[in-house]
Amino acid sequence: MKTEYGNAMSRRTFLKAGGIASASLALGGCGLGEKLLPGDFLKEFVQSHFKEMRPDEIKEVKQRLQKQYQKKYGREFILGTEPPFPDVLFAYGLDLSRCIGCRRCVYACVQENNQSRRPQIQWIRVLRFKKGTMNFEESEHYYEAGMVPKEGYYTMPIQCQNCENPPCVKVCPTKATWKEPDGIVVIDYNWCIGCRYCMAACPYWARRFNFAEPEIPTEELNTNLHYLGNRPRMRGVVEKCTFCVQRTRRGRYPACVEVCPVGARKFGNILDPASEISLVLENQRVFRLKEDLDTQPKFYYFFSI
Amino acid sequence: MPKKEGTKLIRKVIHFFSQVKDRLLKGPPIYYVWVLFLLALIGIGVWAYGYQFKDGLAITGMTDQVSWGLYIGNFTFLVGVAAAAVLLIIPAYIYNFGPIRELAVLGEILAISALLMCLLFVTLDLGHPQRFWHILPFIGTPNFPSSLLIWDVLVLNGYLFISLAISTYLLVGIYLEKKAKKWIYMPVVLLSIPWAIGVHIVTAYLFNGLGARPFWNTAILAPRFLASAFSSGPALCIIIFQLIRKFTKFKVKDEALFKIAEIVCIAMGINLIFLGAEVFKELYTGGWHIAPLVYLFAGLHGYTGLVKWIWTAVIFNCLGFLLFLIPATKKNFVSFNLACILIVVGVWLEKGLGFVVPGFIPTPLGEIWEYWPTMPEVLISVGVWGAGLLFYTLALKIVIPIETGEMRVLGASSVQSI
Repeated sequence: MKTEYGNAMSRRTFLKAGGIASASLALGGCGLGEKLLPGDFLKEFVQSHFKEMRPDEIKEVKQRLQKQYQKKYGREFILGTEPPFPDVLFAYGLDLSRCIGCRRCVYACVQENNQSRRPQIQWIRVLRFKKGTMNFEESEHYYEAGMVPKEGYYTMPIQCQNCENPPCVKVCPTKATWKEPDGIVVIDYNWCIGCRYCMAACPYWARRFNFAEPEIPTEELNTNLHYLGNRPRMRGVVEKCTFCVQRTRRGRYPACVEVCPVGARKFGNILDPASEISLVLENQRVFRLKEDLDTQPKFYYFFSI
Repeated sequence: MPKKEGTKLIRKVIHFFSQVKDRLLKGPPIYYVWVLFLLALIGIGVWAYGYQFKDGLAITGMTDQVSWGLYIGNFTFLVGVAAAAVLLIIPAYIYNFGPIRELAVLGEILAISALLMCLLFVTLDLGHPQRFWHILPFIGTPNFPSSLLIWDVLVLNGYLFISLAISTYLLVGIYLEKKAKKWIYMPVVLLSIPWAIGVHIVTAYLFNGLGARPFWNTAILAPRFLASAFSSGPALCIIIFQLIRKFTKFKVKDEALFKIAEIVCIAMGINLIFLGAEVFKELYTGGWHIAPLVYLFAGLHGYTGLVKWIWTAVIFNCLGFLLFLIPATKKNFVSFNLACILIVVGVWLEKGLGFVVPGFIPTPLGEIWEYWPTMPEVLISVGVWGAGLLFYTLALKIVIPIETGEMRVLGASSVQSI
């Protein structure tokens, strides 16, 4: 069965049109650094939760956002809202014996997902451990990557684990973050109020907050966007890895998988027994981080050698 | 309604507002100095908020590593102050302890002021305050009952409503010289007791239920919150009541103050026992989850940002407790007041930054990133305190004359001259 967006009847539309629209005028402009037309600001302010939008609302929002991004960055954008593929559950594998700690995944991710360059936001953090240890507290977060790998050390990239039982989703007061049927935990940046409760709840430190207005050089922008993924964020909202939803829902690998020079990163559909990730799960002894918290990450680490 | 009755009512209302105007605008020089001082604090806060409005939360010391700071710390402390007002209600209304009874309304007004500050602090902490309506039912999508933040919004606003209802009902009764009906206010008073305790328990649960944060993930957290609130809140009340006694005609018996001090002393004793239980269990067991506690009390890998802070808190709390315990110092007003100040400041240190920040250090990935509030962040917080105190001051300017009988409805039998 294919999951579609935009089928939910919006019971809130009527209420919103009245009360909120007038309230919004009074609040005009607060918290937004972007230069918006007053009409657009109003539309953005009364915009529904993504899962409650009707098809025509989704269409309107897509057009408005595309226009807004174009105005801001002076480039054409393709903004998609592709729903999950049926019978797909995405999972990730990471071969720690191959990873050399070069951090190419980190920067490919920044590029692909339009993370802010100033201040710098990165969704992947690579930890370096002395061989024989796996204590986070003793890991190095800011090692010099000039010469990798370093003798006697191994490296472990950590990003959103897209948990099956995500604590961040549990605590969000507005349901602005949720788990999709294909297993990806996403955020509606237009619905997030920026309370950062999810950041306190995440055991993997996978979430980042736009404390300042994000800055990205126009020529470095990725213009292939997904509403729930890499579209440019505004100040004051939380963001995180979505397994590159804008790629994986169009049949491509996540950027970090593609860029990894040693093939340490594996990705695919665990419901398909022939997928690469299913082979990893069948043939490797895998582990997940902080299993005791029962978050059930769909991110498996293993040592193949 | 006959025409004559109507004009009488209008005259009464006009009279009430002119009374309010006089009460708010007239006062001894110290009143003007105090109000101007608070207005200055608010002005500074608003000016500093201008920077946050323009540049976002980046102007604070908060980062992805320590994503909550001074705002949430103050919020946590003030929820405790609000909840503690109930401690005056129990002896006043349940046990009919006369001397505290007149004070109960002042306690409730303090609770209302504290709640207003709480709401201001959480709103300031949001990345998108204008989207607050997303948490409302019907028009938004509140994640109820899953998110404890929704619970907190519910209990805090409910408590605000209950406190407003009780104090307004009682005060209007006194003002109109009508006897308050027990069957009307008693059920609400009774409801307010578990509600106040619930407010603070829910706020503790907000932090408590996060497996990612071992520092907060301890079953003794809610009891500790209650114990520290029931010591700091009443201690603050004692200081305020003495100021009221000094500057107004309102009578506060020493007996009432000493009764409240007993509560403070017992609650602080329990608070210290709970702290000891927590520290023992953590340190003796050992393991990776003790890192935040070690960071807080001893420093971790050379990072000692909060060590002096927390030991100051512990010393203040212990000293305050001892001063309340020793017979010679608990009846001497100098040491008595010193004890109150020590406990209020001690709990603020412990439950503000001393509680919120170590939850984030080290991060779940073991990184140590120290937090310290920035100047604008401090000034904004000072502004919020100024606003809360101004609200309390102005409210007291109306409430106290009503309680002392100086302010009465037009044509009342027992009006006293100002």
